[in-house]
Amino acid sequence: MSTAVDVGGLRVVRGGREVVRDVTFEVPRGSVTGLLGPSGCGKTTLLRAVVGVQVVASGRVTVLGHPAGSPVLRDRIGYSTQSPSVYADLTVAENLRYFASILRAPRGDVDRVLEEVGLKGNADQLVTTLSGGEKGRASLAVALLGKPEVIVLDEPTVGLDPVLREDLWLLFHRLADAGAALLVSSHVMDEAARCDRLLLMREGAILADDTPDALRARTGAQDLEQAFLALVRR
Amino acid sequence: MTVNTLATAKRILTQLRHDHRTVALMVLMPSLLLVLLRYVFDSGQAFNRAAPALLGVFPFTIMFIVTSITTLRERLTATLERLMTMPIGRVEVLLGYALAFGLVAVVQVAVAATVALTWLGLEIAGSVWLLLVIAVLDALLGMALGLFASAFARTEFQAVQFMPAIVMPQVLLCGLFVPRDRMATVLNWISDALPLSYAVDALTRVTTSAEVDGTLVRNLVVIAGCALVALLLGAATLRRRTP
Ligand SMILES: Nc1ncnc2c1ncn2[C@@H]1O[C@H](COP(=O)(O)OP(=O)(O)OP(=O)(O)O)[C@@H](O)[C@H]1O
Ligand SMILES: [Mg+2]
Repeated sequence: MSTAVDVGGLRVVRGGREVVRDVTFEVPRGSVTGLLGPSGCGKTTLLRAVVGVQVVASGRVTVLGHPAGSPVLRDRIGYSTQSPSVYADLTVAENLRYFASILRAPRGDVDRVLEEVGLKGNADQLVTTLSGGEKGRASLAVALLGKPEVIVLDEPTVGLDPVLREDLWLLFHRLADAGAALLVSSHVMDEAARCDRLLLMREGAILADDTPDALRARTGAQDLEQAFLALVRR
Repeated sequence: MTVNTLATAKRILTQLRHDHRTVALMVLMPSLLLVLLRYVFDSGQAFNRAAPALLGVFPFTIMFIVTSITTLRERLTATLERLMTMPIGRVEVLLGYALAFGLVAVVQVAVAATVALTWLGLEIAGSVWLLLVIAVLDALLGMALGLFASAFARTEFQAVQFMPAIVMPQVLLCGLFVPRDRMATVLNWISDALPLSYAVDALTRVTTSAEVDGTLVRNLVVIAGCALVALLLGAATLRRRTP
């Protein structure tokens, strides 16, 4: 089975409005799928549905063959929320040790993920004193603990410089090469080119579900930003 | 006691350890208030009458505030959302809170009781241990109510407002200011329905008599039962899925 996440006919109503409208897509294993779209289009809501913390109106969300949110999935999914979800009054290492013990991750995992997100030197620093980008990476590190088969990241590269962004995208692809399915949201179009597959979203609906190359070919656009605009105006 | 509960309790205590001022306030505040009270009364007899009840009321109030704010903060930041995707039960999270704050309550009460019994000359007829047990139960009750109340606050500002709304009426009606049997009938009924009344009754009994009677045991059961119910209601208000 190569499909990790299977979503069909998903509808979500928030605050009385339908913010996810009849969405259908799949996320394959061993690849990075990008979820792109303008602010407020429903990316976070969709990701919350995939990790099973969003009340949904109707539709099917299946992860690794189980309904999203099933207890059996809880140590097989890594999730990083859009706003950093780490305890501000703990050090980075203390945060990681806590989440590692909940996930029953091996001890060495804390050092591994610190290394992966480039926070080795900040392990004993309180999260409150971290810079914005460092906080985001501390939060990302938690999602990498254990050996998650599905990794859901909500705007993991916001506020990072090009060098760090490059490092993180290389890391995402390493994780995918090792077999994980990554679903990564972003609203920066230049990151889209780094994804194996793209889901373009607008106003709660999926506009396109394709590879970056196919999207460019289909729209005849030079870059993905133009391709996206072409699809929106169609 | 599960691994998750222990890990959560340890995490909360570590958070507290990084916040020296809060720890100092929590451990010392009831004692300082008792000292203040002793000198306000300026009479050993009057102090002896009020102090045991306050040994329950002060930790009750402080634990209520501290827990409602801490839990609300956990609910408001995305950490709870992330925890809810992980292999940890909602009851395990709350028991972790209960364990951590329960330990703090034990220290808080032990310090306050030591100060009252030695320096301030509090005299009690019953067992000191029983006094400690009741006071710790009170603190746990405050903690459990705080956990529960935090579910109904949207902001920390609202959470602080719950203190006067939930704690103060109980303090006014618990028999501390006017004995409960001398209150108007309706007020007496209301006070019968409030858990803090049973705590203050129990504390007063331990002060005035060495006998452990049925009423005292009933009071203890009521306090512990209310704390447990509040904890379970608190767990019911933690949702894995939110709208
Ligand atoms: N708790 C909520 N109650 C009511 N409406 C909400 C709630 N959360 C989000 N919404 C609405 O749902 C829509 C989708 O929000 P969502 O957070 O999924 O957008 P997004 O694509 O992640 O945006 P961004 O890129 O800015 O993070 C928005 O219109 C938002 O106003
Ligand atoms: Mg978002």
